[in-house]
Amino acid sequence: MSPYMIALQAIVLREAQRFISQRGRFIAALVRPLVWLLVFAAGFRAALGLSIIPPYQTYITYEIYIVPGLCGMIQLFNGMQSSLSLVYDREMGSMRLLLTSPLPRWWLLVCKLLAGTAISILQVYAFLGIAALFGITMPLQGYLLVLPVLVVSGLMVGALGLALSSIIRQLENFAGVMNFVIFPMFFLSSALYPLWKMAESSRLLYQICAVNPFTHGVELIRFALYGQINLAALGWTCLALAVFLGLALWGYDPARGLIRRKT
Amino acid sequence: MIRLAAVAFLMAQPALAGEIWITNEKDDTISVIDVETLEVTRTIKTGERPRGITFSKDFSRVYICASDSDTVQVMDPETGKILHDLPSGEDPEQFVLHPNDRHLYIANEDDAITTVADTETRTVIAQIDVGIEPEGMAVSPDGKIAITTSETTNMAHWIDTETQALFANTLVDSRPRHAEFIKDGSELWVSSEIGGTITVFDVADQSEQGKIRFEIPGVHEDRIQPVGFELTSDDKTAFVALGPANHVAVVNADTLEVEDYILVGRRVWHMAFSPDGTLLFTTNGVSGDVTVIDVEKREPIKTIKVGRFPWGAATRP
Repeated sequence: MSPYMIALQAIVLREAQRFISQRGRFIAALVRPLVWLLVFAAGFRAALGLSIIPPYQTYITYEIYIVPGLCGMIQLFNGMQSSLSLVYDREMGSMRLLLTSPLPRWWLLVCKLLAGTAISILQVYAFLGIAALFGITMPLQGYLLVLPVLVVSGLMVGALGLALSSIIRQLENFAGVMNFVIFPMFFLSSALYPLWKMAESSRLLYQICAVNPFTHGVELIRFALYGQINLAALGWTCLALAVFLGLALWGYDPARGLIRRKT
Repeated sequence: MIRLAAVAFLMAQPALAGEIWITNEKDDTISVIDVETLEVTRTIKTGERPRGITFSKDFSRVYICASDSDTVQVMDPETGKILHDLPSGEDPEQFVLHPNDRHLYIANEDDAITTVADTETRTVIAQIDVGIEPEGMAVSPDGKIAITTSETTNMAHWIDTETQALFANTLVDSRPRHAEFIKDGSELWVSSEIGGTITVFDVADQSEQGKIRFEIPGVHEDRIQPVGFELTSDDKTAFVALGPANHVAVVNADTLEVEDYILVGRRVWHMAFSPDGTLLFTTNGVSGDVTVIDVEKREPIKTIKVGRFPWGAATRP
């Protein structure tokens, strides 16, 4: 096996082990979207149906509408948590061990990203499974098509987390990430409400939502769950992925990045 | 060989041919939906405020209640041309074609009259006084009984089609809208919009056999207003349009229990099955569209934009 593959395997395994041993984290990752789906959506329940926007072919209930957004939320939290673990690793020293590997640093970071994305996909499928038990189902082919899409969206939010982790110095700052990254990204997106609804109340908010990469990730997932590819959303998500990954690699570059300046 | 293959291919296609004709009350048009592509293929101009719509037995003619033109129009479904009008009395809203394929029983909403028109001689052969604002119309499969329901009198009026005279009047809940004979004519179902129920009558002695009630979590009971309904060809399952509740109820026709509610467009009114009975098309008045329901799965699969305020629906194979 090439050293690249060994590194990938090791990092994915470590991430998987950490995930399995932290059963609380898995449960929390599932409870969060389920609370949104079964409690929040129940409170907001539009029993009389939401008007039709693509990819939907007919009227849908609110529960159906927010499922793709909650899939995105799982990946967003997971991406941030993954970045949190990097901050932790840095504090505990295991990060240093990782970064002293002779392999190029970008590869190590991509491995880390892939590992985090794989776990977020497991969480998303577990969530979709539980939602299906409550009768909230998608077309069958949607469950298949959403897999490659989840890789793209997972990498995108993961890369954002990675970029952020290169500037966060301490674990405690994670609360700041919650306030200034996760919440605005989630609420200023199409996860909880269609964008035309946002446009009705504020043009500015609508425009912010429309450029939010998370919106495009969610729309990508939404269309895929209905067996369609939203090319525009795919393009924007890939672009955002490239930018965030570039920032992360720059941030972790020992010669130029922020790490050097801070440590 | 190629031709043979082509024939085999054509034969292997599912039997989804057919059209659904929808009257658009506010647009004075008919939207024709292709059952296979689920798209509107034609829009045909009609008289003012088209509501009730039905085909002749051989589907060579389509009858349309043009309420505000005070006439029943007879159209050639191939060309969409109006062939002639039938005398209908004032404000015809809903009608039913007698099994003899000749007599139309028409509810004249403004006049409290049921008019019987002969489609061959194009004359009125009888006018029967019924309750105020007649609307729902039905005729038994053997053709012996016709029913008119009156919105304000809250009654089902039983008409002997031989004498064209009333022989019974039965009370139903507030504002009856639609009536159907089912199970070979042994039962009569009447929906009551304000009462929120369907009353089931034993046709033999006109006695009430049961009542169907509806309840949707999260929807106020005032909004649950049963209007049009249709039964599957085996008479086992009824689909009931619930008006502003935006749902269609699925009812077990034997136990009279509601088994399911299906989300459709706003103010769902009437409906029609595809020729093979696998799809159901509901007219959603306020949202101006038609929702297609997979009958077996009991799921909405698509909503198709039609004209403004779609009202009636009829199937053409």
